Amino acid sequence: MTGAPAQRVVVAGASLGGLRAAEGLRAAGFTGEVVVVGDEPHMPYNRPPLSKEALAGDLAFSALEFRRRKSVDDVTWRLGSAVAEASLGTREVVLTDGSVLPFDGLVVATGLRVRRLTLPAPEGGRYAVRTLEDAVALRADLRPGARVVVIGAGFIGCEVAATAVGLGCEVDVVAPEDVPMQRPLGPEVGAAMRRRHEAHGVRMHLGRLPAVVEARSTGADADPGRVGAVVLDDGTRLPADVVVEALGCVPNTEWLAATGLDIADGVRTDGWMRALDLEGRPRPDVVAVGDVARFPNALFDDVPRRVEHWSIPTDTAKRAAPALVAGLAGADPDPAPFAPMPSFWSDQYGARIQSFGSLGVADTVRVLEGDLDGEFVAGYERGGDLVGVVGVGLMPSLMKLRAEMITALQPR
Amino acid sequence: MKIVVDMDLCADHGQCVYAAPDVFQLDDNGKLVYKTEADESQRDLVEEAADVCPMQAISIED
Repeated sequence: MTGAPAQRVVVAGASLGGLRAAEGLRAAGFTGEVVVVGDEPHMPYNRPPLSKEALAGDLAFSALEFRRRKSVDDVTWRLGSAVAEASLGTREVVLTDGSVLPFDGLVVATGLRVRRLTLPAPEGGRYAVRTLEDAVALRADLRPGARVVVIGAGFIGCEVAATAVGLGCEVDVVAPEDVPMQRPLGPEVGAAMRRRHEAHGVRMHLGRLPAVVEARSTGADADPGRVGAVVLDDGTRLPADVVVEALGCVPNTEWLAATGLDIADGVRTDGWMRALDLEGRPRPDVVAVGDVARFPNALFDDVPRRVEHWSIPTDTAKRAAPALVAGLAGADPDPAPFAPMPSFWSDQYGARIQSFGSLGVADTVRVLEGDLDGEFVAGYERGGDLVGVVGVGLMPSLMKLRAEMITALQPR
Repeated sequence: MKIVVDMDLCADHGQCVYAAPDVFQLDDNGKLVYKTEADESQRDLVEEAADVCPMQAISIED
């Protein structure tokens, strides 16, 4: 007599979320087969240093691979092929190499890809920063004196600008917002960050969009295949040896188009990270983790949001894996609410911007300690309640406020 | 259980402190201090701390 055949979970995506999901499945007691599919040729590696320590040359690219728990030694890694499509009816995914993987459970961990310029532009000298290969290629062009135009003033754009300044480059930043990092940090703190960048010699062209990307048409090194300048929508012409496109990211969900899941902006999930169909019903056999997932956080409200913080793949995978294991067994998941404390950081010019909580839901920002141009703590409030903090330095104060928020916001 | 932190990598993010406060702490200057030996009962928390280290500086030697 034999028992039920071993079940298989396919984890689509082999970055941090895919790794943590595989580890989470084993931690939740799943003894079946786990297959992790990843489009990149690498084992899961750490991306934040790609715009900072590794780009600056302070950390070897080879040192970025994640530590993996021993529990995932028996996991099958299918690297170098992406998932091309999925069917929830037949419970199969098809990979770009044509192979078909049947599954009992599916983890969506396909993350994001960078948005690229839609203007016609030469390929040479243009970079994004998402993958190891992106960062290795950009690093080679960040030579002292190189003229670098960064398009986009979010965290990645600002970090690349700061790193490039540190390598002796001349840096212009172009972005449509009024201040850098405006959406996450808000206008007051963003304005202070602008002053920091300008104090280090970065020229900020805000409220501006690129209109034309010119090739390198003149001089001894003329090359129609390489960028030479970026012309802005007000006519300003910025000579450029390097153009960095830090335009944000879009979720990789096209492969789920035929599944009937809600993929309007990433994969919408319930509080157990179970994917919801278009009628809002959770699938017991499909979960989503990481920045491709749009999930509610009970610390703040019931609005599903995608969150592009480094801590999110780990938090969501630890929630999703036991929910999937329960779903595959026909059981209910842990009834406790899902309420992870959001956290992000950004290192620029040797200073760390550290945040806890949800800045996006706040209606008021107040400086609680220090000075925005030095070390400070800013409080983000909603209806008078603290829902987020941002600081530079003053870590003991930030840690204290984090603990206070956990107590005050804990869902009841 | 033996705990090793690569102090060349450690950037004092403090995430390990939230995960395993009995093993990892930040001192008054915000610098990491940690126990190099921990009881087996702490293993899950120390694994968690290693997971959440943004610099992946923590390793556990059995």
